[in-house]
Amino acid sequence: MSKAVLLSGNEAIARGAHEAGVRVAAGYPGTPSTEILQTLVQYPDVYAEWAPNEKVALEVALGAAYGGARALATMKHVGVNVAADPLLTAAYTGVNAGLVLVSADDPGLHSSQNEQDNRHYARFAKIPMLEPSDSQEAKDFLVRAYALSEEFDTPVLLRTTTRVNHGKSVVRLGEVQPPPAHRFERNPQKYVMIPAYARVRHTLVEERLRRLAAWAETAEVNVIEPGDRRLGVITSGISYQYVKEAAPHASVLKLGLTYPLPEALLRRFAASVETLYVVEELDPFLETQIRALGIPVVGKERFSLLGELNPQAVATGLGLAEPQPEAPPAPDVPARPPVLCAGCPHRGFYTVLRKLKAIVAGDIGCYTLGVLPPLETMDTCVCMGASVGNAIGIRRAMAPDDKRPVVAVIGDSTFIHSGITGLVDAVYNSTPITLCILDNSTTAMTGGQDHPASGKTLAGTPAPRLDLVGLVRAVGVEDVLTVDAYDLQAVETALRYALQTEKPSVVITNRPCALVARRSVRPEPPTVVLEECTGCQLCFRIGCPALGSVRGEDGKLRATINPEACFGCGVCLQVCRSGAIQRK
Amino acid sequence: MHDQVTNIRLAGVGGQGILVASEVLCDALLASGHDVKKSETHGMAQRGGAVNSDIRFGPKVHSPLNPQGAVDLLVAFEEMEALRYLPSLKEGGTTLVNRQRILPVAVASGKAEYPSDVVARLAQHAARVVSLDALALAVEAGAIRSVNICLLGALSCFLPVPEETWRTVLTDRFRNKGLEANLRAFALGRAAAQAEGGR
Repeated sequence: MSKAVLLSGNEAIARGAHEAGVRVAAGYPGTPSTEILQTLVQYPDVYAEWAPNEKVALEVALGAAYGGARALATMKHVGVNVAADPLLTAAYTGVNAGLVLVSADDPGLHSSQNEQDNRHYARFAKIPMLEPSDSQEAKDFLVRAYALSEEFDTPVLLRTTTRVNHGKSVVRLGEVQPPPAHRFERNPQKYVMIPAYARVRHTLVEERLRRLAAWAETAEVNVIEPGDRRLGVITSGISYQYVKEAAPHASVLKLGLTYPLPEALLRRFAASVETLYVVEELDPFLETQIRALGIPVVGKERFSLLGELNPQAVATGLGLAEPQPEAPPAPDVPARPPVLCAGCPHRGFYTVLRKLKAIVAGDIGCYTLGVLPPLETMDTCVCMGASVGNAIGIRRAMAPDDKRPVVAVIGDSTFIHSGITGLVDAVYNSTPITLCILDNSTTAMTGGQDHPASGKTLAGTPAPRLDLVGLVRAVGVEDVLTVDAYDLQAVETALRYALQTEKPSVVITNRPCALVARRSVRPEPPTVVLEECTGCQLCFRIGCPALGSVRGEDGKLRATINPEACFGCGVCLQVCRSGAIQRK
Repeated sequence: MHDQVTNIRLAGVGGQGILVASEVLCDALLASGHDVKKSETHGMAQRGGAVNSDIRFGPKVHSPLNPQGAVDLLVAFEEMEALRYLPSLKEGGTTLVNRQRILPVAVASGKAEYPSDVVARLAQHAARVVSLDALALAVEAGAIRSVNICLLGALSCFLPVPEETWRTVLTDRFRNKGLEANLRAFALGRAAAQAEGGR
């Protein structure tokens, strides 16, 4: 018997890519997809890269598929929005060697700005979609997807969700199969999508979809598990596991291929059970299509459109349990929201920016935490790169007598991802905004991935370092100021200067992420001389997790510093007006 | 069927090594012949926020998430986090609590109070409460960062995993870094839990 190991869904997808002989893989980090490429790059015989964004990643993978290599693109759900342009036309060109796009969705918004249901993309692009329900299937379905991709000459969507990506379960490993040999063959009618050729390809797309639907009827990934005929359930993905937990006796049609749907199989299963439920997270994707076939089902009237399902929600929806909301924790347990780490360079930056009463258009990254107390210095956050365009729009909407400065705040990785074009707009149309690039030399929120300005590749090899200052100057920004985020006075001087110019300006902070810098030597932590502390609590307003407190006999709260947690950045030293925080 | 599945929840604060502890735990359960699933979230949750990891084992496990109110073993890596997740504990369940306190920013800055009498309040709900100072034991073991493995040692008293298996998986995991300290931390945690009535 093959070896059984415990793998996360992401590790299993990487293993599947290895077994399928994937030679080129590209992605952009995004929870819950990030670990796929980080794992895959450790296998031999594969080129895996972080692309600057998901659009480039999919284009690289698509090019590799044209070129004859089995290729993989990985991204989080909202990343597919960025990659949607190549995706919808890749559906027309088809592939040469197999191409799979992994969309890692995040129902419940564990680490996302929305909980869109990317199953719609399969229908939108008219490509087949597989949905694994555990790590074994994540691996096996990926391997299956390559054969499917090549047989039907189509990109395949492998759609996962957080609980599959980050859940761990037992996997039996398979053999590494050398993929069929392909090489690039010139075929402009297939790969050059001018209208005359694309019209022809569209016909083939529709015809392919009909053939896929026929294949779906007998596809081994769609399985009927017979049980109690009174209770029938159609489900897929992680919802299947909750159904098995909540209703082990039910008759289940488990769909591994969730687009296109097998009409005859659905009718046969529906006829075999008394009451038919559709159990799926988020949108009624399966339900709507099944209803359109005239098959009566119970669906979203019993299951939420919001967030994740779980065994209780499924048991309740199936009428097997009374609704029983989990008792809330005792009211005196304070919340513990995520915070900027001790030593995070964003802390000092926000401490200064807060004073300047600007309108702040934010972006996607750790620095989005600047919206929360006590920093509370962010007014918008929409999607990767949106801060720049948002700031331009806000500035253009303002009345002439409204003198509030408008600032966009973005990280280095996010700026490279999709902030550059926004800055081009600001310069091109002379909109006086200040763009602050919080350059911490990493993609921090997702756990510290490299990017074009970090000096290293996904494989850890040295890479040319994109010069952000040079880039910004090349775009046409005249006022570009680089400051150390730990030096509050320097940050303030730079920001005040940038905010008063009547042209687009850029301030770049250049302290590395405290998690990346962790292994280097730390400065001595400051200490609080309690006798000199007036209890003004200004230091608490920087929201540092290394700060503790003691209540004195006078009832006043005074700061303490936990030397184990302190990074030694010195921001608290600089905000202390009484001089009680001192460094020996 | 799922009566045979044991539900564990590890809960604490980002940075305490909960994910590593859950990895070692899963390795040990798998090596002992159980089907195992676990679920946790990465990303935003790790930035000093409350973190939890569900681990389930038995002959066959479906859902990677613990069913509501069905946790058999709750391990709180931080004292107050035990109260946060107490409602997930099933009647007759066991709570292991590390008496270490990590103050949320709201508490440190005087905007909220740290809950008092945590262990006494746990005892009112859980059939069995094992409390230990894992931070002190980790320091005694020679590695302050081995709090997670110390708590795993305490948890090991309640799990059907042979002691040699723990040693094997710990050796595999920490072979290159801090093995001796982690083995000591594990043994100290296990002894502390045994002294408090663990098996």
